[in-house]
Amino acid sequence: MSNFFTSSIGKKFILSLSGLFLIAFLCVHLTMNLLLILDNSGELYNTGAHFMVTNPVIKIIEPVLAIGFILHIVLASILTLQNRSARPIKYALRNQSGNCEWSSRNMYILGAVILIFLVIHLYNFWWNIKFPTLGNTALNTVTVGGVEMEDTYTLVASLFKSSVIYCVLYILGGIFLGLHLTHGFWSAFQSIGFCNQIWRKRLECLAKIFAFIIAIGFCIIPLYFMLGLAGK
Amino acid sequence: MADKILKELTLKIWRQKDAKSKGGFETYKIHNVSTGSSFLEMLDILNEQLVSENKEPVAFDHDCREGICGTCSLFIDGRAHGPDDDVTTCQLHMRRFEDGATITIEPWRCGAFPVIKDLIVDRSAYDKILQAGGYVSVNTGGVPDGNAIPIPKHKADEAMDAAACIGCGACAATCKNSSAMLFVAAKVSQLALLPQGKAEAARRAKAMVAKMDELGFGNCTNTGACESECPKSVSIEHIARLNREFLKAKFKD
Ligand code: HEM
Ligand code: SF4
Ligand code: FES
Repeated sequence: MSNFFTSSIGKKFILSLSGLFLIAFLCVHLTMNLLLILDNSGELYNTGAHFMVTNPVIKIIEPVLAIGFILHIVLASILTLQNRSARPIKYALRNQSGNCEWSSRNMYILGAVILIFLVIHLYNFWWNIKFPTLGNTALNTVTVGGVEMEDTYTLVASLFKSSVIYCVLYILGGIFLGLHLTHGFWSAFQSIGFCNQIWRKRLECLAKIFAFIIAIGFCIIPLYFMLGLAGK
Repeated sequence: MADKILKELTLKIWRQKDAKSKGGFETYKIHNVSTGSSFLEMLDILNEQLVSENKEPVAFDHDCREGICGTCSLFIDGRAHGPDDDVTTCQLHMRRFEDGATITIEPWRCGAFPVIKDLIVDRSAYDKILQAGGYVSVNTGGVPDGNAIPIPKHKADEAMDAAACIGCGACAATCKNSSAMLFVAAKVSQLALLPQGKAEAARRAKAMVAKMDELGFGNCTNTGACESECPKSVSIEHIARLNREFLKAKFKD
């Protein structure tokens, strides 16, 4: 195993595993979030969110998720820096549109936009839930089915109902994430060696469908509130 | 059918005295080029013109001029081997260009392929990768009978597709990451797929990848640009196989 983590393929291996782990997280996250638009009273979402914060498995997953993000971002940055310096003199004229997809060429830029979004997103919710006294949004409690719990629904709903800017920001976040995944999804399988002539077509097609579901899924939530479908 | 004549072309060509000098673009005009001539023949005509004007001709690489040796290179109008797919520069013809066009010609740009002069780069980095493990060790014995080792047809076909690589360097030259993965994958695949090469597959994959990294090629991000520009259409499915071979070998250590 010597030099595995410094080799190009070794680094790509860790990048793709962390990427696939983040994809798995996205699936859970999106499923949870869709509860927001299934029930305007917020009880369904609050129950789900309460289950998440009290579940011991989630307690363990939370730091793992943070590590996953950090690994992904650190490796992506190392790889991108190395790749930039591998061509000290650039071409004067370059025409890449004919030979590869735009998203595949701009993964780091797409990732950086996602990262900016992530910081804002964490501040909006995670920070305000963890440190309710420090934030500017009060997190109240409600009682659902006899259990007292945090009213996370109101925290989310009031942000989207009160600010079109935040709605647009979250919609853009969803779109950029989708673009990152049109390439990232199939690229991860290629990097771990799970690909051949037949599976490539399948994975590329699956990547488009998956990216579309993720983008649309995350976009309809702010849209739902923006269009007033959740009431005032 | 008589070939058309391109009355005038403007050529923007990278000129560089030697490896140490700083280069720059020079602009040349060339007249009455037949659309039937190849791109390299067009450069020959330019060079004759330069010699007759007592100027230094443009240095460019070429050898077989029939698409089999991989010596010709050139980044033409922003693409490796010019605008056509699946051809080398020697197979590119002037009928692909319009009369009055400006054509930009640059050498391969890749840290591991330094420019030696004008449009010629030093591609010995690829030779060094091959020397690190792109072979089958044969220590003794005579030539075995051709059919002594049975090889399934589809394996033989796949190995042949990989073996079509002519080592031209377009993959690393065109890759946004300057990655040599398609070349290394082709060389690892053509041997790993066959019984004679399988025995050393693990050592080969590790040694060749280590050499590739050491020489300063970038990391592959699966954009697929190499495959589009490869004159021999080597598929990036071979890169997936290289990843597999490398990971398998490393996990066994
Ligand atoms: C939820 C967020 C994210 C998910 C689900 C995700 C997913 C993925 C996946 C699956 C890959 C393919 C891995 C491979 O081919 O080896 C990938 C690649 C990459 N990601 Fe992310 N990513 C996310 C966030 C980020 C962030 C925040 C950055 C950068 C700051 C980033 C930068 C990159 C880069 C540069 C690549 C390499 C391109 C490639 O190899 O194809 N990603 N990502
Ligand atoms: S893989 Fe294709 S582009 Fe790369 S060196 Fe071989 S023939 Fe040239
Ligand atoms: S000169 Fe041999 S391939 Fe072009």
